[in-house]
Amino acid sequence: MKMTGAQMVLSCLEAENVDVVFGFPGGSVLTLYDEIYKKGLRHILTRHEQGAVHAADGYARASGKPGVVIATSGPGATNLVTGIATAYMDSIPLILITGQVARPFIGTDAFQEADITGITLPITKHNYLVKDLEELPVIFKEAFTIATTGRQGPVLIDLPKDLQAEIGDFHYPHRVEICGYKPTYEGHPGQITKALALLKKARRPLIYAGGGIISSGAHQELLELSQSGAIPVTTTLTGLGSIPYDYELFLGMPGMHGTYAANHAINESDLLITVGARFDDRVTGKIEHFAPHAEIIHIDIDPAEIGKNIVAHIPIVGDIRMVLKEMLKRFRKGETEEWCRKVKEWKNSHPLRYKQEESGPIKPQFVIEELNRHSGGNAIVTTDVGQHQMWTAQYYRFKKPRTLLSSGGLGTMGFGFPAAIGAQVAFPDRLVICIAGDGSFQMNLQELATAVHYQLPVKVAIINNHYLGMVRQWQEMFYEGRYSHSSLDGSPDFVRLAEAYGAKGYRATAVEEVGPVIKKAFNTPGPVLMDFHVDPEENVLPMVAPNTSIVDMIGGE
Amino acid sequence: MGKRILAILVEDRPGVLTRVSGLFSRRGYNIQNIAVGRTMEPGISRMTVTVDADPLTVEQIVKQLNKQINVLKISDLTDEPSVERELLLVKVKAEPAKRTDIQQMVNTFRGRIVDLSPDSMIIEVTGDDVKLKAFLLMMQEFGIKEIVSTGKVALFRGSKITRESKS
Repeated sequence: MKMTGAQMVLSCLEAENVDVVFGFPGGSVLTLYDEIYKKGLRHILTRHEQGAVHAADGYARASGKPGVVIATSGPGATNLVTGIATAYMDSIPLILITGQVARPFIGTDAFQEADITGITLPITKHNYLVKDLEELPVIFKEAFTIATTGRQGPVLIDLPKDLQAEIGDFHYPHRVEICGYKPTYEGHPGQITKALALLKKARRPLIYAGGGIISSGAHQELLELSQSGAIPVTTTLTGLGSIPYDYELFLGMPGMHGTYAANHAINESDLLITVGARFDDRVTGKIEHFAPHAEIIHIDIDPAEIGKNIVAHIPIVGDIRMVLKEMLKRFRKGETEEWCRKVKEWKNSHPLRYKQEESGPIKPQFVIEELNRHSGGNAIVTTDVGQHQMWTAQYYRFKKPRTLLSSGGLGTMGFGFPAAIGAQVAFPDRLVICIAGDGSFQMNLQELATAVHYQLPVKVAIINNHYLGMVRQWQEMFYEGRYSHSSLDGSPDFVRLAEAYGAKGYRATAVEEVGPVIKKAFNTPGPVLMDFHVDPEENVLPMVAPNTSIVDMIGGE
Repeated sequence: MGKRILAILVEDRPGVLTRVSGLFSRRGYNIQNIAVGRTMEPGISRMTVTVDADPLTVEQIVKQLNKQINVLKISDLTDEPSVERELLLVKVKAEPAKRTDIQQMVNTFRGRIVDLSPDSMIIEVTGDDVKLKAFLLMMQEFGIKEIVSTGKVALFRGSKITRESKS
């Protein structure tokens, strides 16, 4: 069939069942946008390209489907960079379509030209500059295949302006053979046998699970392994929700702001079953002191993760769900009763804690607990990065996978609000809460217009402490209280800001106002912003100082 | 630390050299030597990369390279019998009185004189590290004006080959 390059793009998206794209038009994608207009593809216009890429990321994290983004050449494309890096670090499938200047102008420093394939080389799973219209359908098929299989990730396709108007033959391949791309899905049976033998023998086994559980959809198998083996579980930030918060052997998050039980369990474990996690420094602390008594089983789809930060005794490369299923078939339980008793005792004797005085300032942890209570733990929650993110991880009781959307690896401030917009687009009828800091929210607050424009009923909860709170906390703890540029004087009145955009805004400055404000917000249709004025100098505890052992916990006693 | 020689088969696409060399630099691996050239297969190039790294780092390098879509196959030639060669061009000062001495030296190293001018000559030599180093040492006494080398290339000895299939 004959069609233009722009029509081909739309046909490729249709063939991949893409029903919504996030984007921002501009000179080099005008032809493509004209086709979107004619065809009526659902398109969410954000107010900044960074908003579009985070929204697509939120859409992908919430739904499991790849998020699709369109941006123009030059600044449009470079504005995507932070969002692409965010998705890359957390292995989120995205397809990024950027306009490029017309082919004859490439390399001439033309107006709005940027070498976006060069710029995004280290932060994409793969990228393409389409130079020949004939290649376009195969490139799209490859891009979707690469983004959504193996260890998922963002793939960028750069489309020159003149190519979008050129006419050619279109045939979309059902599948493609990519010579240099063969992910391993099935775990090596011999390795699985060895792992099972260790599991049978272990007296103090611990499952350390990460975001890989969620991307492979292995949460049920994970729970089953924990239940049938009586093996306690700790999950990283990106793994939260894969195990229900209330499960008796769930120990919470490990690491820098992890629980006493999780960190001590790692420290005393004799077998660490690492599943879809990557021994990030925020989890391990000083790596030489991490899990000193444990043998390590490491299950991951990406062979390069194995042996990167820590030596694994039993590496198993494969899809986590398939590997766990295989393990469960032949699984034989070890004697772990005494260990479980000990771990539960840690859990009971050292819970996360804070104190909310009735007449004192609002404690941020209390706000999170109230958000949890009023949403029944059933909301999709997005966060920005900093103190509020850690309090959310500690105090919101996630029950299901894909309900916490947070930038774990890159730690991107400004992620939460656009991500919430994307999640709400994926699930129009679910409650989506963006928990943000007053600092982070200001990094992408322009997206209030997007939420209002499409009447996306995202509920934003700003944990407002008038500081870049985590920066201030580190300055207090490690820089003798010299608060260098962490105070946020000059922030707007967030309630009036919301109103200026045509959203609703409510404020709570006293403890007794917190519950009613949340209730009112949840019962108000459309986007609502809640501004919680909290204790400005509250710290996230427990805390492990960087590069020390994770059992040296400040405030963990 | 130890020197490792990796043969990397890559798809001959724009930017593929950047993908490979960029990976080395951003993950902090040090390339000592790199050579790129054709293979028998159209569309497939072969890079020979020499790195100085401990075995765990080399394992990471290989795994990270394997994740590149355009990388088809990586062989480590270090611990297997292999033939390594590098081509070196040396421009030396060559006053008429010294030419016979230089000629003798070049013959000893099985090199060739490929250009001659009134006061200098260009010599071509191929060989492995040890031989080329020794040759340069000998040329120093005549006065080296300029050198250029191709980077090292290597093949397994015997019938073993590096094929373009990802395991």
